[in-house]
Amino acid sequence: MQRRDLLAAAAGGVAAIAGCSDDDGGNADASIRGETLTLTTTTSTYDTGLLDEVNAAFEDRYGVAVDAVAQGTGAALETGRAGDADVVMVHARSLEDEFMRDGYGVNRRDVMFNDFVVVGPEDDPAGIDGTEEVTDAFRAIAETGSVFVSRGDSSGTHAKERAIWDAAGIEPGGEWYRETGSGMGEVLNQANQTPGYTLADRGTYLSQRSELDVSIRVEGPIEGGPALLANPYGIVAVNPGVHETVNYDLAMSYIGFLTSQRGQTVIEEYTVEGEQLFFPETDSEDPNFEQYVPEGWTPDER
Amino acid sequence: MIETLSAVDLVARGFAPLVVDFPFERHYVESIVLVSLYVSLTAVAISTLVGLPVAMLIGFSEFRGKGVVVALINTGMGFPSVVVGLLVLFAVSNQGPLGAFDLVFTTEAMILSQFVLATPVITGVSLAAVTGIDDGVRDAARALGGTRIDVALVTIKEARYGVMTGVLAGLGRAVSEVGSVLIVGGNIASADGTSVTRTLTTAIQLEARQGRFETALVLGAILVALVLVINGIVLRFGGGRT
Repeated sequence: MQRRDLLAAAAGGVAAIAGCSDDDGGNADASIRGETLTLTTTTSTYDTGLLDEVNAAFEDRYGVAVDAVAQGTGAALETGRAGDADVVMVHARSLEDEFMRDGYGVNRRDVMFNDFVVVGPEDDPAGIDGTEEVTDAFRAIAETGSVFVSRGDSSGTHAKERAIWDAAGIEPGGEWYRETGSGMGEVLNQANQTPGYTLADRGTYLSQRSELDVSIRVEGPIEGGPALLANPYGIVAVNPGVHETVNYDLAMSYIGFLTSQRGQTVIEEYTVEGEQLFFPETDSEDPNFEQYVPEGWTPDER
Repeated sequence: MIETLSAVDLVARGFAPLVVDFPFERHYVESIVLVSLYVSLTAVAISTLVGLPVAMLIGFSEFRGKGVVVALINTGMGFPSVVVGLLVLFAVSNQGPLGAFDLVFTTEAMILSQFVLATPVITGVSLAAVTGIDDGVRDAARALGGTRIDVALVTIKEARYGVMTGVLAGLGRAVSEVGSVLIVGGNIASADGTSVTRTLTTAIQLEARQGRFETALVLGAILVALVLVINGIVLRFGGGRT
C-alpha cells in the first residue's frame, strides 16, 4: 500500500515536472495542436470556397483541424444550441441576437460583409432592371406573378428575403412563389433552369456566375444599391457555461484568428474569377461596441 | 478487403483524367471513396453479425407473435433513411442518450445510422432464405449427430446465395443512401480537400448544389461502378464455393 502511494506520488511528480517544462517552453499552442474544432456555418461561406481558404490558414497557424458543417443559418444555430458545435458563423443578426439572449452564445464578433443581389432572367419579365428600391422590385415581381425561387429553409438569406417582403408589404404566395428548402447554390441553379428571380448573396452568385444565365437585376450596397440588401456575417462562440463539453478555447482561437489582421487579410484577398467576395469588417480604430451584444441591448435590461 | 481497395483504386485512377480541373481532385475523390467504403462496409459487417443470427433464430423457432416480428422486420427494410438520420442525430447529439461519447459529425455516427438501415434488410432477406431451406436438410444434419451450431452452419451453407443477396442488398442500401449520413455526418471535408465524413452520395449532393454537375456526374459514375465491383467480387466468391 505504501509502495503504491510512493509510486503514485512519483508519477505525479514526473507529470508536474513535465507540465512545468511545457510551460517554460512558451509554446502556448502545443496543448491544442491536433485537436478538432467543430464549426457550423452557412452554405454561402462554404459554397464560395472562402471557408477552405480561411480554415487552411487557421490550421497552419494553430495545428487545429476545423470540421466545418455547412447548414442554413437556422440549422447552424440550432446545432450550436444543442452543444454539437463549438462556434457558429452565420449571417442573420436577429437570429444571432436571439441565440445570445437565450444564453447559448457568447463573445460575438462582426467578421465580414458582402451584400445580397436580386438575380433574374435576361428578358426581365417583371421589368425590375435597375430599380432603386428592392421593395419596389419585389412588389413588381409579385404583381406580374413572375417566378420567384425562395430558399424556404430559415437560412440567413431566407430571413433577409422575408424581411424584404415584409418591408414591401406583401405576403408572397401562389403559383409563382416557389419555396425550395435548398441551399443557395441549388436555388441559383433552379432560378437558372426555370428561369425565375431569386435573392442571392453576392459571394455565391459570383462564384457560380460562369454556370448561370440569370444575372443581377438589382444591385446591393457594395455596388451602390439599397442598404436593405447589406449582408453582414457574425461569429459566436457557444457558451461553455451552458454546454461544458464544447471546445471553448478552440472556438475563441478561431474567432481570434478570423478577426486578426492575418485572418482578415485572407478574407480580403480571397477572390473568385478576379472578384473579391467578402469584405473584412473588424479592423477599426473606432470599434463598434454593438457587435459584442444583442442589438439595442442596454445594461438595465438584465 | 484488400481486393476491394485495390479495385477502388483502379476505379479512381480510371476516372482521374476526367477530373483534372481541380488541383486536389484526385486526392479528394479517393478520400471520399475511402470514407464511403469504410462507413458502409463496417456498418454492413456489423449488421450481418447481428442480422444473420437473428434471422436463424426467428427462422428456426415457432413462437407467438412471430408474424408480427417478421412484419416489423419487413417494415424496417423500407424505413426512410432521413428519419433514421434524424433519430440517430437525437441519440448521438450532446443532449441525447449517447451524447457523452461525442459521436455527432463522426464516421462512427454514420456507421450507427447505416447499421440501423441495413440490419432489417439483411435480416429480412436472410430470414426468407433460411426458411426456404428444405426441412430435410436440417433433419439430416441432426440425424448425423450434428450439434445446433453444425445444423445452423449447414443451413447457412445451403442458403448462402439468399444470405449473400441480403448482405448485398444491405450494402446497396447503405452505400447509396444520402439522407442519414448527411444529417449525422455533416458532409465534412477538411480544408485541404480530405474527406472527414463526406461520402460519395453527400459529395454528389454538394457538387450538384454548387452547380458543378461534371464533378457530380463523375462521382455518380464512381458510385455506380463501386456497387458493380462489390457485386462482382461477392458473386465470384459465391460462385467459387459451389
